[in-house]
Amino acid sequence: MTDSTREIVKKVLEGDIRTVARLIRDIDDNMPGIRDVLKALYPHTGKAYVIGITGAPGVGKSTLVDQMIKHLRQKGYTVGVLAVDPTSPFTGGAILGDRVRMQRHSMDKGVFIRSMATRGQFGGITQATRSAIDVLDAMGKDIILVETVGVGQDEVDIVKTAHTTIVVVIPGMGDDIQAIKAGILEVGDIFVINKADRDGADRTLMDLRMMLEMETDRERRDEWAPPILKVQAVFDIGVEELLETIERHRSYIIERYGDLKLRSDPKRVKESLIQMLKDRLFETFLERISKSGELERRVDEISKGILDPYSACDILLKEHVV
Amino acid sequence: MAERRIRVMVAKPGLDGHDRGARVIARAFRDAGFEVVYTGLHQTPEEIVEAAIQEDVDMIGLSSLAGAHRFLFPRLMELLKEKGVEDIVVCGGGIIPKDDIPKLKEMGIKEIFTPGTPLNQIVEWVKENVKPRGSG
Repeated sequence: MTDSTREIVKKVLEGDIRTVARLIRDIDDNMPGIRDVLKALYPHTGKAYVIGITGAPGVGKSTLVDQMIKHLRQKGYTVGVLAVDPTSPFTGGAILGDRVRMQRHSMDKGVFIRSMATRGQFGGITQATRSAIDVLDAMGKDIILVETVGVGQDEVDIVKTAHTTIVVVIPGMGDDIQAIKAGILEVGDIFVINKADRDGADRTLMDLRMMLEMETDRERRDEWAPPILKVQAVFDIGVEELLETIERHRSYIIERYGDLKLRSDPKRVKESLIQMLKDRLFETFLERISKSGELERRVDEISKGILDPYSACDILLKEHVV
Repeated sequence: MAERRIRVMVAKPGLDGHDRGARVIARAFRDAGFEVVYTGLHQTPEEIVEAAIQEDVDMIGLSSLAGAHRFLFPRLMELLKEKGVEDIVVCGGGIIPKDDIPKLKEMGIKEIFTPGTPLNQIVEWVKENVKPRGSG
């Protein structure tokens, strides 16, 4: 370990805000040396309770997170927040606006809020977000809230990282519930109908309940049937109940699995290891064929009609991987 | 592959409630490929600086339409120094009288953009003057 790595690790463990902020940037930008820091931090992680909050744009996730922070702070917990927003696929830029709803906590030393962009990863939660969770965990945050763009099935990713996943919907989104049943329905440990003062809240509740009752997974049906809560985050109605429900889910996990250490669960370990391998492999491969100019050469050949893309893949893979 | 992106914060200090300009700028920055953290209205300099540190931004763009520049911009510059983050570039925009501009620049604000400045000129200025941290 180099001196600078050691220094960074020491400061993260002390909870130094600037060091953590800069480290997350370096993780995001995939700077050299971050892996050594993450390796050294890993033994210090696994203490925080991670809560995922997901749902379609505009359902009020950030407002809900803001209220959750308030309640958690009142209970004496320190809180880390990662708010993930989409990167524009056209320009690579992003507007990270979740903070607007949470700015009242920015002077609170017990709260660390960070906005992250998805940067072209397909899942709402990227490897960088996972590593950032580890960093906030190592810095000593008791509870980490991860808010992700709710765009459907990709959100399944969050389950592998969070202890409790909350799916947020609003009344009148009938079609959206249809859409989420394909993916999100299976991942929610708790469902929140936000803006529940709006027309159609009871209907949405019924729809959700019916879909959840059709669950075929025995564990989810018999042991933890996902509760559905009506919430009005803006008015702080139902947020306390939500936190109590999270607490119940936490007790359930402990009872069911013996502890909260998701990382000792071989199924989850395997999934995240495969994901990490996939990222690294792809990154290494892409870097190699980009640098050597081969990628551009094949692109050129395909554009000119000399080569087909299937053969191009075969050639590139044969030369470097197989 | 390692790749530094420019991260900027667009903030509105003070009490005026007109954020259209700030939003337009945020959008232009996004379209230029920057990651833009938007803090919303009614921010104190303390809140802005704290958020800028947590977000590790390279630049803070301040919007002021009702005189906040006279009191809140200087306070913000003080705080940056206090916290040891004076490497963050600060620029401002909005209704700012010409006579005030030299004073603002004297206290370290790099540029002031007044009404009518084309968006692409502001974007170009940022590209020219703001380098992502650690990219040399």
